Amino acid sequence: MAFIVPAELEAELNELVTHYPQKRSASLMFLHAIQEHFGFISKEAAEWIASKLDLQPIHVWELVTFYPMFRQHPPGRHQLKICRTLSCALGGAYALHEHFCRKFGLDPKAHGIQTTKDGSFSVEFVECLAGCGTAPVMMCNDEFHENVSLSKADELISKCQ
Amino acid sequence: MPQEYRLILKHADEPGYTPDIECYLRHGGYESLRKALALAPRELPDGKRMSAQEQIRDEVLKSGLRGRGGAGFSCGLKWSFVDRRSGKPIYLICNADESEPGTFKDRQIIHKDPHQLIEGMVISCFANDVKLAYIYIRGEMPEGAKLLNKAIKEARARNFLGPNILGSGYSLEIHVHRGAGAYICGEETGLIESLEGKRAYPRIKPPYFPAVLGLYQCPTIVNNVETLAAVKHIVAMGSGEYAKLGTPNNTGTRILSLSGHVKRPGYFEVEVGKVTMGELIFHENFGGGMRDGRKLKAIIPGGSSSKVFKAGETFKLKRKGPDGQMAAVDVGILDLPYDFDSLQQAGSMSGSGAIIVMDDSTDIVEALANVSEFYAHESCGQCTPCREGALWMSKALHRMTHGHGRKADADYLLHIAQNIQGRTICAFGEACAWPVLSFVKKFKDEFESRGAADEARHGSIQGATGHPTAASPGLPVI
Amino acid sequence: MSTPTTAELKPAPPPVETIRIKVDGRELDVPKTMPDWQGKPQPTTMLQACAMAGLEVPHYCYHPKLPIAGNCRMCLIEFGTPMMGPDRKPVLNEDGSPKIARSVLPYEPDAARGAIACATPISPGMELYPSSAATKQMREAVLESLLINHPLDCPICDQAGECKLQEYSVEHGQATSRFVETKVHKPKQVDLGPRIMLDDERCVLCTRCIRFTRDVAGDDALGIVNRGSYNSIAAYPGRQFDNNYSLNTVDLCPVGALTSKDFRFQMRVWFLKETKSLCATCGTGCNITAGAREEKLLRFEPRQNDAVNGPWMCDHGRLNYKWVQREDRLSTVISTRTGSGTWTGVLAEVAEVLRNAPKGSVAMVLSARQTNEELYLLNKLAVLCGAITDSIAREGQGDALLVSPDKNPNSNGVRLTGVAYTEMGIQIPKIAAGIRNGQIKTLVVFGEDVTRHGLEGDVLSRLDHLIVSDVLPNETTQRAHFLLPGCAHIEKRGTFVNVKGRLQKFMKAVEPKGDARPEWEFLGELLQLLGRPENFKSLEGLFNQMAKDTPAFAGLEWSRIGDLGVNVKL
Repeated sequence: MAFIVPAELEAELNELVTHYPQKRSASLMFLHAIQEHFGFISKEAAEWIASKLDLQPIHVWELVTFYPMFRQHPPGRHQLKICRTLSCALGGAYALHEHFCRKFGLDPKAHGIQTTKDGSFSVEFVECLAGCGTAPVMMCNDEFHENVSLSKADELISKCQ
Repeated sequence: MPQEYRLILKHADEPGYTPDIECYLRHGGYESLRKALALAPRELPDGKRMSAQEQIRDEVLKSGLRGRGGAGFSCGLKWSFVDRRSGKPIYLICNADESEPGTFKDRQIIHKDPHQLIEGMVISCFANDVKLAYIYIRGEMPEGAKLLNKAIKEARARNFLGPNILGSGYSLEIHVHRGAGAYICGEETGLIESLEGKRAYPRIKPPYFPAVLGLYQCPTIVNNVETLAAVKHIVAMGSGEYAKLGTPNNTGTRILSLSGHVKRPGYFEVEVGKVTMGELIFHENFGGGMRDGRKLKAIIPGGSSSKVFKAGETFKLKRKGPDGQMAAVDVGILDLPYDFDSLQQAGSMSGSGAIIVMDDSTDIVEALANVSEFYAHESCGQCTPCREGALWMSKALHRMTHGHGRKADADYLLHIAQNIQGRTICAFGEACAWPVLSFVKKFKDEFESRGAADEARHGSIQGATGHPTAASPGLPVI
Repeated sequence: MSTPTTAELKPAPPPVETIRIKVDGRELDVPKTMPDWQGKPQPTTMLQACAMAGLEVPHYCYHPKLPIAGNCRMCLIEFGTPMMGPDRKPVLNEDGSPKIARSVLPYEPDAARGAIACATPISPGMELYPSSAATKQMREAVLESLLINHPLDCPICDQAGECKLQEYSVEHGQATSRFVETKVHKPKQVDLGPRIMLDDERCVLCTRCIRFTRDVAGDDALGIVNRGSYNSIAAYPGRQFDNNYSLNTVDLCPVGALTSKDFRFQMRVWFLKETKSLCATCGTGCNITAGAREEKLLRFEPRQNDAVNGPWMCDHGRLNYKWVQREDRLSTVISTRTGSGTWTGVLAEVAEVLRNAPKGSVAMVLSARQTNEELYLLNKLAVLCGAITDSIAREGQGDALLVSPDKNPNSNGVRLTGVAYTEMGIQIPKIAAGIRNGQIKTLVVFGEDVTRHGLEGDVLSRLDHLIVSDVLPNETTQRAHFLLPGCAHIEKRGTFVNVKGRLQKFMKAVEPKGDARPEWEFLGELLQLLGRPENFKSLEGLFNQMAKDTPAFAGLEWSRIGDLGVNVKL
């Protein structure tokens, strides 16, 4: 299947390139924009970005595999990222993660990304989200949530559904 | 009575204060920029003229402002290292990759008062002849990136940014660049590589000192969000007034991030050194004491990479006596003034100003395992000691927290950590080694007794030959 | 008469600015700058200074011909600098010597802070301690880290015997490891490209291969995927690492991560007999080490010569050795006239033919793949017979790095020995016409299939005598009346002059098969049969005589030409 970038998105990307004296600098912003649109970074996407920025595809792949925010597979429609690091762990992050996993029938011991069979939710631990004073914190897609008690977690799920 | 001193966050939490430019202007916004741009060259006694730019740089140096990102290095000195004769453009990057566990102060500035950062940046860029600057914001702050982009657009529309700012002839562009979840981008040369579109591999120094060979091999300044915001206030109030805040060599205000087992976690802006560790944790104006009647067990004073303090510790600090002579005095952990120098003398650091408090319910081995998992996950893997050592420590701690500890694991961990610190390309080596070194040294009994109990339960694991052992469970894939 | 050497004619070089330092307590003056990987002068590094003191600092990622990475940390060494007082003046010991401040960790003043010797410049008064206890401890620790996740599969690893991990483990390692965790597993037997296999578990992530292909070969095809301890070298999924220099990464790999598909599992390297030779695939003349076992060639590797190929060679040249062992190699000396099958018999017949050939009836086509010595003797023969001579140009694709468009290894030898003074091959039509009109009756061909270069089969069929020497069968050899089996250059000694005028010698790596003999040997015998005194017993003697007789080689002696060759005037 051909990889087609809508003209509007491509125009946005072209504008991004002008922010930098060297095209390669736009790589991360490209990856964000492409992932936002397509949900993940496919090999076709990586190759498209590489040719757009005059790079070898391995240069883009080096980034996709280095920066944890980039996905090589489509995640759930609602991506729940629970902060795992110390302050949140002290504040109950592990219980929160387990709560989500049990709700969705996922493995509470796994730290990496897990997606529900219907593709509606994915749950994963992430490292410090810089919200330690209101632990535990998490993100639901681009939304930041603080002081997430188990009941708040349930509210969040029903809001998503 | 110890209390906050709000300079940078003066308005941030006022009811009705919004992050848009109208609100900022109503509160005196961009007046410092006008002042900076209007500075006339000053005639010096020796007949030389000091340009507006030089005057601002001099003010920042005199203010004693120390970097708020972690290293606490003099901002004025950092600026003075910039190679201004190379003929190459000079870049400024605002490090908004706030990612040291425990830290959430830059988030407040970015989300609640983005124009203050922009104003501080424009002044700093003007002072350093920067024409193009970036804000490198961590990927997990998409809302912050949007707010900053909006603020930049607003500032450009009012000519606080863009070509010929306020008719001064000075032009500047600022762009927001998003990271994507890598802690190492907080390291300034890693950040530069990332901004160049590469894996955030920190550069070797020498030769790649950013002030000379930074972004695109050009002279580059990398400053933390809070540092740049402080520059605005130094220009507004003058270096003399700014330096009166705080304590000598630890001037100004700092926004401290307090988290963990305290009743009132949160951020507090204080005059540096005017509040003690004990006050931060226990005073009702700050942490308000331990939760649930628990007792204090340990404090991580400056972000998770700083060396942990144990409740009850005392330190020998150099203090000026009433006779003006320096003398060593015993200071307990709770009486330790929270500033750069005191924490360093106490064997740790104030780092990013993030204090994580742990009470006596905390399993110290679990806590260290948590921190080590973070560093194993975040090691960029470029250089050997950290690439191999960070995961090694994390695996050992994972094994210990899963019932397969050994009494010897305490020394085992110390051995690994000792061989990382000081031997890596960047300070991440210290960042991953220091928690292990300090936790294990200060709580050795807990590590040893846990290991001994495991061994008593099912014998010691074999494996001194370097071959993998069945008894050592692997980490989950991270 | 003694001619002044070139050294005496040159003006004295400007004095080199030096820095005085100490290495392991020994005082030493080292140049302030030394060449970096591209040859540009840069501040001298600790590693270079230690080398000048005769101490090799162990390293994995550093390579003198690659940009510095500084990632392996193996070259960390302890050092000290002169202590400065508050007045910025050096602090002195009681004996007046400068006091040295050993570099320590700022937060742990009794622990040494090492510097990576590969990237740290020296400064006046600096003291380096590459053998101190602290340096050794740092090395030991780096090595321990590199080994914890390394598979201990040396018994089946091709690198064994030339593995830096093995070598340094012996020198700097410990007998046991403390590591009791599970090793990290990474891709094994990765088919990286048509000529290379990758084992990511053996890789120490020094990035030499990445830097080579990016910065030297100009094919930025390799990178690192994943992060931290899971970092792995990779090409883009589905893409082959396939450039004409890819096999250099196998040489560069300090461990057994990158192996050559051609050589892997062929032979333990310690069984190889190594011979200094040249690549004869093009006119560049890359210096090589030929590895052989029991007269079987097993590999070519580049041999560093900064005047020619640096430490590199192209893949095409490197793999261009298999034909030497082809089954159909010419290995029988034959006269179709008498059916003689002995060198004595056939050479006597050839001598007879040439002795009786009228002036102007002999032509010679001599390959620019023959050595200078052979061309020199062949030219003697031509003069003796009054023969017209020429050679065959062999043009192809070149590149910006090493590959020359001239596919002959010795085109300049052909010119300098007088076989062809001008453009090669311009005499061929004349020779063809001479054969057609019956003027030329005898053709001597060395190392060329002339049927593909203007002297087609029907032309050759008009000859009375076709005398051919070659190594592989072709239409010309099939039509030969006298067939003299020669040697591949790897089976003999000799010299070539490369496209830039570098005269280089090569040694014999393997014995020729059957009757095949080095051409210079039987050419000498032939000349002697024809009454000339040129039957040389040794190649050295032949070379020295040639040098005397050939203006371009004046003053040269075989024994004084080093392994890296000398420049001659073209």
